[in-house]
Amino acid sequence: MAEGRVVGIDLGTTNSLVAYMEGNSPVVIPGADGSNLVPSVVALDPMPADGGRPTMTVGNTARKSLIETPERVIYSVKRLMGRGLSEIQDELKYFPFRLADDVQAGEVPRIQLGEMKFTPPEISAYILRQLKRNAERFFGSPVTQAVITVPAYFNDAQRQATKDAGRMAGLEVLRLVNEPTAAALAYGLDGAKEGTIAVYDLGGGTFDISILKLRDGIFEVQSTNGDTHLGGDDIDNLLLGIALDEINAEHGIDLRSHPDAVQAVRKAAIDAKIRLSSESSASFDIELPNGDRYQRVIPRDVFEVMIEAILERTVGPCKQALADAGITPESIDEVVLVGGSTRIPAVRQLVDNLFQLSDRGKKPHIDLNPDEVVALGAAVQADILAGASKTTEEILLLDVTPLSLGIEALGGTVARIIQRNSTIPASATEHFTTGVDGQTNVAIHVVQGERELAADCRSLARFDLKGIPPMSAGLPRIEVRFLIDADGILQVTAREQRSGKAAQIEVKATYGLTDEQVEGMILDSFDHAEEDFTKRMLIEARLEAENILAQVDRAPKHPAWQQLSHEERAEIQSARGQLADVKAGDDLNAIRGATSALDKATLRFAELMMNAAVTAAIRGKTMSAASDELGEEVTAPHPMAAAEFK
Amino acid sequence: MLNVLDSAVPVACWSCSIGRSTSTLFCPHCSKIQPPSGGTYFSVFGVSPHLNIDLPALETEFHRLSRQVHPDRFARASEQEKQWSLADTALLNDAYRTLKEPLRRTEYLLKLEGSEIGEEFAGKDKANPSRVPADLLEEVFELNMQLDEMRMARKMGEEDPALHASLTEAKARFETMVNDVDQDLRKEWTVWDKGDVTARQTSQNTMVALLDRRRYLSNLLRDVTETLGA
Repeated sequence: MAEGRVVGIDLGTTNSLVAYMEGNSPVVIPGADGSNLVPSVVALDPMPADGGRPTMTVGNTARKSLIETPERVIYSVKRLMGRGLSEIQDELKYFPFRLADDVQAGEVPRIQLGEMKFTPPEISAYILRQLKRNAERFFGSPVTQAVITVPAYFNDAQRQATKDAGRMAGLEVLRLVNEPTAAALAYGLDGAKEGTIAVYDLGGGTFDISILKLRDGIFEVQSTNGDTHLGGDDIDNLLLGIALDEINAEHGIDLRSHPDAVQAVRKAAIDAKIRLSSESSASFDIELPNGDRYQRVIPRDVFEVMIEAILERTVGPCKQALADAGITPESIDEVVLVGGSTRIPAVRQLVDNLFQLSDRGKKPHIDLNPDEVVALGAAVQADILAGASKTTEEILLLDVTPLSLGIEALGGTVARIIQRNSTIPASATEHFTTGVDGQTNVAIHVVQGERELAADCRSLARFDLKGIPPMSAGLPRIEVRFLIDADGILQVTAREQRSGKAAQIEVKATYGLTDEQVEGMILDSFDHAEEDFTKRMLIEARLEAENILAQVDRAPKHPAWQQLSHEERAEIQSARGQLADVKAGDDLNAIRGATSALDKATLRFAELMMNAAVTAAIRGKTMSAASDELGEEVTAPHPMAAAEFK
Repeated sequence: MLNVLDSAVPVACWSCSIGRSTSTLFCPHCSKIQPPSGGTYFSVFGVSPHLNIDLPALETEFHRLSRQVHPDRFARASEQEKQWSLADTALLNDAYRTLKEPLRRTEYLLKLEGSEIGEEFAGKDKANPSRVPADLLEEVFELNMQLDEMRMARKMGEEDPALHASLTEAKARFETMVNDVDQDLRKEWTVWDKGDVTARQTSQNTMVALLDRRRYLSNLLRDVTETLGA
């Protein structure tokens, strides 16, 4: 395989990003729309009339469908990754996830999207493929290898599901990196920082706290803790619930049976939440289906009381992480804030109290955009793995496993074999024997978690050690080696020691897809990757050409057109003619060249047009950019748009 | 300072076939990564078994070796080398985790030297009630009664200040005992590190007994702390 660039991907609950290392610093790769953030929203396009396979839309375009065709759109799918049917019941109350009606207990849940059904890794694969395409468009060459970030507190199954998604998207996942650790990498790149740092990462759907020690370029995680179901979504759901209840009480309308109306209220709730980070109050004003209006003002202090219980849930994990690292809050030298939800002033206050920052004359690090810092760190790790850069050759990340690994012992108790916060890769060797004469099978149940009883822990897998030579009970000695790899994923090997025979293991993951299933869900064929890539580049270039041609054709109707000189107009017409000539051909470079020539020729027209429409700010943009700014396609802010304030 | 390893059996490097010491993770001749070759946690760090370990030196060595063998350095290497890097790093991490922590280190060395010891600190943390140290029998009996009384009172929603004070006092006493055991263990480390075969054997027996006592005390302490904190 060609050793192209390795990109870093932040596959987020709300937004996803792709970044790479440009020289000595990581940068985010924008999409075709110029935006760094790709909303983690996937929509199934209308079924093609010819019966062909329908297409999927990802990101900003998909979220436009959220209000019109909510039954064909899915967001926050990260909450479902690596989880079983019984575990996701709670999510279904708040998110418009529609389970396929034929889902059986014990299999990976499938989501109904319009006429089709998808597993969560498949949905994530569509997001990853979009990011891959954005990167390929940016580099002009194929991208096949990536580092993907996951919440530090993700368990084995959630990690495996993320890796499966990468494979389906045609990406070799070189490493899964924990999000808080990635953020620390992005901050610690200058190498000047030494000491103990805490990364507090409150995102859209997950919370992580990690404590790291930095020394001579080594980032050694001491402990990590978190909650994979705690984030900004919970605040949105809280506000949404309050609003829906009030609407029901005051106007007698139960909106819960109107998915589109719920989406509208959710959007209003998110807007209010975001405004409350910079303003002292925010108001709801929603038109109800019967024409009434629901109006409500939420002062910030009321909001802070409402969300107190949610924020308080981050305190326990922080204290546990400190205890596990064997340190007190005052020995934390630096605190890094990650995730859009850390923009909330009450969150910052809580972090300040927790780590006694103001008391010690310190401030948390917020200089990198909290929405981008994880992707930037992933790009740094990608650069380390590519192994060809001076900037990162001295850096090494030593991460830990967030949860203890154990096996179910007699009486359903858990025998821990690898403790949480052990540096990974980590291994443990256990010996098993038979209980009955002539027994040839031994069943082993592996769990992850901190509880005393196996039933209270997360079931990872059941193994059957088969082919044990028949012997008296207790005589066989089967050595099983458990190894947690650098991605935090478990590998198991076994052999019978007395006979020297390798015992055969059949691993059945409790939740998850088999290799064959993943194989069958791969989105693009690898065999034609190179050819597909060229074809796709050509299609995209033609689309871009068509867009600009359409805009030029509308140009004479615009008053600004009259301000152009005769020569300028002639130049545009000539560039237009050239592009129209090469557009249908197969010469990618010719199309791109003619497109950029036409774009350049229309530069002054774009300026005039902008001056006419808006007075300030966006000077010097080309026609296509100006049209995006002003254009017919002004996009409404997404219900889940990240907070953005300056 | 770390002691230098004195004995190591040479094996052949998979890549250049020249002999190397089993303690090394890399071939000294062709610099290729090697599969783990059954060494001990001590030999991973190139030292003989000993108990007084210079922790900063151990950490520095851990970082130096990590830079060399970590899977991040082999992301684009052959499948075989990737596997070896993974196995070597797991061994290195297991070794560091064991050796940096005094109790795990002592237990590991005792097992390595053939001593039979009770359940591991690292693993199953259930108490073994049958092995009450003789000098503690009376006190433990008394304590367990008080703990039961306390739990009972809690259930009824009552609070007995005298009982609370008595348990707090017991907690402090047990903490002192744990500290005493730790100091005795440290003394034995030096005895073992410097002793001949006979002295080592005696010292090992002492350490096994000390570890048993410590395990018992910390379980007791955990019960008291839990009951007080509940």
